[in-house]
Amino acid sequence: MMFTSNPFAEISASIPPAVMQAYVVLMIVLVAAGTLFDVVHKGSAKYFFENWRKSRDKGSRQLGGGELLSIAVKTGVVDVLTSGEFCNMRRRIAHLLGMYGFVIYVVTTAILIFAYPTPATPAPGILPLLWWIGGLMVCVGGYWFWFFIRVDVAAEGHSPLRLMRADLFVLSLLASATLGLVWAFLQSRGTSGAGVFFGLYILATTVLFAGVPWSKFAHMFFKPAAAFEKRVSEANGTAENLPTQTRDDPAQRQRHSMELLRDAPMDMGLGIKREAPRHY
Amino acid sequence: MPTFVYMTRCDGCGHCVDICPSDIMHIDKTYRRAYNIEPNMCWECYSCVKACPQHAIDVRGYADFAPLGHSVRVHRDEQKGTIAWRIKFRNGTEKNFLSPITTKPWGTAIPKLADVPGPSKEMRDGHLLYNEPRYIRMDDGDLHTLASAGLKLKKGVYY
Repeated sequence: MMFTSNPFAEISASIPPAVMQAYVVLMIVLVAAGTLFDVVHKGSAKYFFENWRKSRDKGSRQLGGGELLSIAVKTGVVDVLTSGEFCNMRRRIAHLLGMYGFVIYVVTTAILIFAYPTPATPAPGILPLLWWIGGLMVCVGGYWFWFFIRVDVAAEGHSPLRLMRADLFVLSLLASATLGLVWAFLQSRGTSGAGVFFGLYILATTVLFAGVPWSKFAHMFFKPAAAFEKRVSEANGTAENLPTQTRDDPAQRQRHSMELLRDAPMDMGLGIKREAPRHY
Repeated sequence: MPTFVYMTRCDGCGHCVDICPSDIMHIDKTYRRAYNIEPNMCWECYSCVKACPQHAIDVRGYADFAPLGHSVRVHRDEQKGTIAWRIKFRNGTEKNFLSPITTKPWGTAIPKLADVPGPSKEMRDGHLLYNEPRYIRMDDGDLHTLASAGLKLKKGVYY
């Protein structure tokens, strides 16, 4: 029952739906404004396009529109949808949990508040259920990252409770999801403390969305751009000046320097990556 | 010149921290990306540059022989068993090199020293080290000596 009832409709008696809807719109505006400020302040768009022009001028081949589109699709599928840039599998799984959890959690929140704002308009049971699942996914991925995977905890042996500005994004996200779930749980049981947790939930959510210029929130916009740029540079031959010759090319296998590998298998197995880094 | 890290490429995986023989590649506590904590102590061994899966570490050449505008980058492809270098000169010349790192799959040519029987008394008292003369390839036919090769040490030249 708790998982299928709309927590926002339940609280609509004390907080008018219009206020909740205005709050959601305000958060969207804050994210857009914060990201634009970030882009202007850091000059990241200017850097991106300068780099883009340089890479295009230096490239050994020009890319057509179709090729660019296919690279964009690959970036979307591999780098964005499956977090393909991570080389540490645990971090990749934690990131996927957090990312999809956050998307589900945010989208269902918006749908619940805009489409089913009061008990008079009951939401289909699947929506609150998805809201719970999204929130729990954020918590599982986020706490796993926070307590076990975070590099200065895993590497430097620092306490997981040591806070830095770099933690603003992940902590406010975790606080928002956790407090939201705690509030919904207490409210469904009719506990009197639910209001306090609702206030804290709103505070954490506001910090998450209003803190964009100071937090890592904007990475969800600039990371795909960087991944796209990287793939384009590989396709146009500049490859950020990295070597492009490989053993896959039969002509390269005939090089004098490659004589010793002529009969060797094409997959020699993992070298140093047979063992995960332990940061010591 | 010491290594430096492209912070937007690094994902903090820690391979460079593990491999650095000087123990000067660390993870920044604020940004959680790798950085060289003591550039003076970097001897440019390129271990971290080759180990980085994201190609996030680079080394600037010395300004006298590699002025601004050059580039020396490496890709150590362990699964293919190759190491590739791409050298770009300031005048546009480009050189590409591709060589093997190993000729046998990784982990297949590790000597199992624990299984080797201990040396006999005679071997202990002898002047040859472990696996000599086999490892120094002086035992084709018989042990080669100066005398068997018809050579002798020349006074004032070799001693």
